[in-house]
Amino acid sequence: MEVGNEIITLENVSKAYATGAPALNGVDLHINRGEFVFIVGDSGSGKSTLIKLLLRELTPTSGYINVMGYDLVKIRHRKIPKFRRNLGIVFQDFRLLKDRNVYENVAFAQRIIQVSNKEIKRNVPSILATVGLAGKYKAKPRQLSGGEQQRVALARALINRPTILLADEPTGNLDPKNSWEIMKLLEQINENGTTVLVVTHNREIVNSMQKRVVTMKKGIIVSDEEKGGYIDED
Amino acid sequence: MRISTFFYTIGQGFRNIVRNKWFSLASIATIGACLFLFGLFYAILSNFEHIVKTAEESVSVTIFFQEGTSDTRIAEIGEMVSRRVEVSKVEFVSAEEAWAGFRDDYLGEYSDGFTENPLINSAHYVIYLEDVSMQPALVTYLESIVDVRRINKSEITAMTLSGINALIAYVSLGIIGILFAVSIFLISNTVTIGISVRKEEINIMKYIGATDFFVRSPFVIEGILIGVIGSMIPMGIIYIIYNQVISYMTERFDMLTQLLEFLPVEIIFQTLLPVSVAMGVGIGFLGSIVTVRKHLRV
Repeated sequence: MEVGNEIITLENVSKAYATGAPALNGVDLHINRGEFVFIVGDSGSGKSTLIKLLLRELTPTSGYINVMGYDLVKIRHRKIPKFRRNLGIVFQDFRLLKDRNVYENVAFAQRIIQVSNKEIKRNVPSILATVGLAGKYKAKPRQLSGGEQQRVALARALINRPTILLADEPTGNLDPKNSWEIMKLLEQINENGTTVLVVTHNREIVNSMQKRVVTMKKGIIVSDEEKGGYIDED
Repeated sequence: MRISTFFYTIGQGFRNIVRNKWFSLASIATIGACLFLFGLFYAILSNFEHIVKTAEESVSVTIFFQEGTSDTRIAEIGEMVSRRVEVSKVEFVSAEEAWAGFRDDYLGEYSDGFTENPLINSAHYVIYLEDVSMQPALVTYLESIVDVRRINKSEITAMTLSGINALIAYVSLGIIGILFAVSIFLISNTVTIGISVRKEEINIMKYIGATDFFVRSPFVIEGILIGVIGSMIPMGIIYIIYNQVISYMTERFDMLTQLLEFLPVEIIFQTLLPVSVAMGVGIGFLGSIVTVRKHLRV
């Protein structure tokens, strides 16, 4: 159950893969509604496992996970789509439908929740304008730059007004200019009330933005700081 | 479900075929090749069966009666015989009809010297069988009837036709078995290609929050459409080929067609068309369901 203002709760969460190596080991994490949180750490630190658990792509080996009131350990398979509709997801590799144009990629998220065509025609241009792609709605993903593709992915993640936005290395494939533009958009989205979790390696962005930073190493949280920075590895 | 969602799903099914045109073509070709072979063998075997059936219908057993058997007793025997399960039809030939037939066939104008019917004891029944393999059982029964004097039968014809019938059954089973195995192999290969093409798309849909039904429906519609197209193309080809072959054989082998009667294409297609379309739809439906189901647990 969602407690007070808390929107994401992980209590003593562990995840071990079939190989036996623990990806997460007794993780506790509490995130409030409206927060902007960076999750940082090396490869193999458990960041990706954490995101997969929050998406309910994986289930934990032990522990308790609650996101927006959904108990992700006990949730039934048929309830998962409804749960995910409250999440916006952005990936490093964009994950756009390559054979569909920008408009259709964004509209797709609305079709899934059975929004009428009339509303889709109103909502899609508006969200494309927000991410600065109003003039490119007919373009196919391959005709866009990396930064533009990430904006489409962002528009798709935002169009259903998600409660939480999960961004897994959203700037991983982008140049510094585009990275900053995406981060500014994420900050703007957060200012409008959406809880934003960003998994990143981008030291400069983390250090500049002065947000809460959760640092992971070898499957555990080694640091959790308000207005934190990227901890240098020794 | 909203009407707009329903039409969107149908539309996506159609668009998927165009979007993944190589995969669609491979699937259509796979289903088409299997159903073409199936149709071809069905047409050939149906004709064989028809020819054997026609031959069977002309196989008969004839029974003659003891001298002095009354007309009432002959009628009674006729009633008894016609009630047997082996019997499809019984024809009575009176002594007069038997003589008239013999006279016309063999004597002609030389029959004038006969003042009385020399075949006075030749009244008989011509008994046609439901199935030639039942002939021995019927003959055993006929031999047990008291007033029956003689039974004429053609054992060789009956045995040959029974043998051909059994052969057709075995060949049909064998061919269906081989086609089934080939279809499964080809379709599983095609489905595997389909999985790799669709994996990413299905994953994206599931991440965004699509229900299993929403993800599955366009693929299922696509599968059914591929099945329909994959069955209609070979049926069209078989229709053309069949008519060509029949007219070629009728023209070139006149003697053959006097002996053998081929089934018209309409009769073949009365069964072949619905069965093939149903098989095509079934294969397409199952293929797509299995492919998508494997990737729904995202």
